[in-house]
Amino acid sequence: MANDTSPAADGAAPKTNGAAYPVTDHTFDVVVVGAGGAGLRATVGCSQAGLRTACVTKVFPTRSHTVAAQGGISAALGNMGEDDWRWHMYDTVKGSDWLGDQDAIEYLCRHAPAAVYELEHWGVPFSRTEAGKIYQRPFGGMTTRFGEGTAQRTCAAADRTGHAILHTLYGAALKNDTNFFIEYFAIDLIMDEEGRCRGIVALDMTTGTIHRFRAQMVILATGGYGRAYFSATSAHTCTGDGNAMVLRAGLPLQDMEFVQFHPTGIYGAGCLITEGARGEGGYLTNSEGERFMERYAPSAKDLASRDVVSRAMTMEIRGGRGVGKEGDHIHLHLDHLDPKILHERLPGISESAKIFAGVDVTKEPIPVLPTVHYNMGGIPTNFYGEVLTKKNGDPDSVVPGLMAIGEAACVSVHGANRLGSNSLIDLVVFGRAAGLRCAEIVKPGESQAPLPAGSADKALARLDRFRNANGTTPTADLRLQMQKTMQNNCAVFRTGDVLNEGKTLIHEVWGGIADVSTKDRSLIFNTDLIETLEFDNLITQAVVTMESAANRTESRGAHAREDFPDRDDKEWMKHTLAWCDEGAGQVSIDYRPVHTYTLSNEIEYIAPKARVY
Amino acid sequence: MTGTTRTSADLDPRRRKILFRSWHRGIREMDLIMGRFADAEIGSFTEAELDTFEALIEVPDRDLFRWITGEDETPANYDTPLFRRLKGFHTHGAPIHA
Repeated sequence: MANDTSPAADGAAPKTNGAAYPVTDHTFDVVVVGAGGAGLRATVGCSQAGLRTACVTKVFPTRSHTVAAQGGISAALGNMGEDDWRWHMYDTVKGSDWLGDQDAIEYLCRHAPAAVYELEHWGVPFSRTEAGKIYQRPFGGMTTRFGEGTAQRTCAAADRTGHAILHTLYGAALKNDTNFFIEYFAIDLIMDEEGRCRGIVALDMTTGTIHRFRAQMVILATGGYGRAYFSATSAHTCTGDGNAMVLRAGLPLQDMEFVQFHPTGIYGAGCLITEGARGEGGYLTNSEGERFMERYAPSAKDLASRDVVSRAMTMEIRGGRGVGKEGDHIHLHLDHLDPKILHERLPGISESAKIFAGVDVTKEPIPVLPTVHYNMGGIPTNFYGEVLTKKNGDPDSVVPGLMAIGEAACVSVHGANRLGSNSLIDLVVFGRAAGLRCAEIVKPGESQAPLPAGSADKALARLDRFRNANGTTPTADLRLQMQKTMQNNCAVFRTGDVLNEGKTLIHEVWGGIADVSTKDRSLIFNTDLIETLEFDNLITQAVVTMESAANRTESRGAHAREDFPDRDDKEWMKHTLAWCDEGAGQVSIDYRPVHTYTLSNEIEYIAPKARVY
Repeated sequence: MTGTTRTSADLDPRRRKILFRSWHRGIREMDLIMGRFADAEIGSFTEAELDTFEALIEVPDRDLFRWITGEDETPANYDTPLFRRLKGFHTHGAPIHA
């Protein structure tokens, strides 16, 4: 083990509320936080480069949410017919509604084939063609010849691509002698006075001890924050912890107003009902039993695109025609379909509806509502994975010692809207890029300056405050208030009034944390404490999401404003940066220009036009 | 709406660890199946039931899900009284949100 357990660089353990927390110190070249697809790929790359690498993760690596990705991974391999990374790039730029940075998108699409072949060599069991090549299937938004034909670009390992990738990468990391710190909850970054990231502070949940990791480079691969909303398809681990650590370090998050929704998550559970259900003849009704999609999309009806269906459902709910006790959801009918067809073509749906809604789909409708599926926004980075901020007028100022990758990052390749199968490729391409960058700029074993005095104090004060929180509101109550507010005021239907009301409400929830109550005072697997640290992480992300959405007065990709229905390239072709001042309870907003240039002269900048499919 | 709603204050470290792991399966469906049941019963499990539940947590998600839904038969060595309680917990006679 390349584990350095020398005494704390800044002396004795800090004392908070009279209780000392002994600190165990570690020094590594690189510390990766998170062990999903991106974190593991970066971990493997750094280890292979001879860097002493630690991977710190709050769940066992194979329990990361990458495991749930079913669709596939896109790369222009051309196994099923002609393909070209330039066509993949065009589709991604168009999908992003021109908010994506084109240098980063070029990097993604050019390097996608190499990243997929690497996974193949490491053992991902991709589905094959008869000729033995990797099979590729069509996916929404993926075209040939710059929008002319349909591309078959999405590789898959049956319907468990994420599972296969995650398990393969974990195996590769083990072979490379990575040091895993599993079920360690990262609390905060350690920043020095010059604004360099120097490490992290984490709680080992198994022993209840505090660990301080000093590193030349910290890589955040902590995923999205779906749980800020009432209905999300993401697992409960998805609380965007790295995003929140970045906000607390005084750095901005980017494009947080762009949240992708799927129209049909099961009400109260979030579990996804595939679009295939409507493809097979399923239809939506409101409280009057009306098939309302006929009004919103007379020809496509229930088969209209995701955003159109999600918006129509939301309009019905807001118009007082939602179903259920609180009138806050919609019915999806499959009861007219032949049970045999249901079972054959939509396997698993009857079972999910039964377990999570108590519904017999042959007799009763499934309660559904638009459900968060992906966060395009996150920690701003360049295509090396280096974290950026705006400093002294420089919008691309690198934060030394800090990188971010995966759903936590905003590179930005997905811009205002992510295409299906582009998220898995994002994980491995930029996980790989971060490893390559570390090999370039981090010197193995280089001696590191002592950490600044009191480097763990802030993190420990935060931990101690929530561990001993003596208020009257349970964390679960605050969490529900936050989730309902985000779902009601910052989902699919957005107007100035709705968002401004949302700002007031979400700030009230944020203020409520002063009165939070936890009962468990222990340190070992204290779920009261962990849930509260996670809530505290989520609420700041919720606040910057709401404020960024209220601020952007145009419609682009996933951000659709009823009061500003058009894209406004003149005013708004720019990334939102949002900083959060916890002490003052305030958000401040600034902007970075979108990179309107490519990486090489092998493709020209793709100029904006209307995004029509 | 989703997520643990019980405190860990009254639990010993082993039960607290199981509660955390039950809600962190990586897949939302499995979080809800294991987490909600753990919320309801973790405090009253016997030592033997803790062993049984820990073994269930190690079962591949896909298999466990199909046992719960009844799509596949539960292997005899897993078809314990505790497993039947878990299955019963997620069996509903009528719509939950009617």
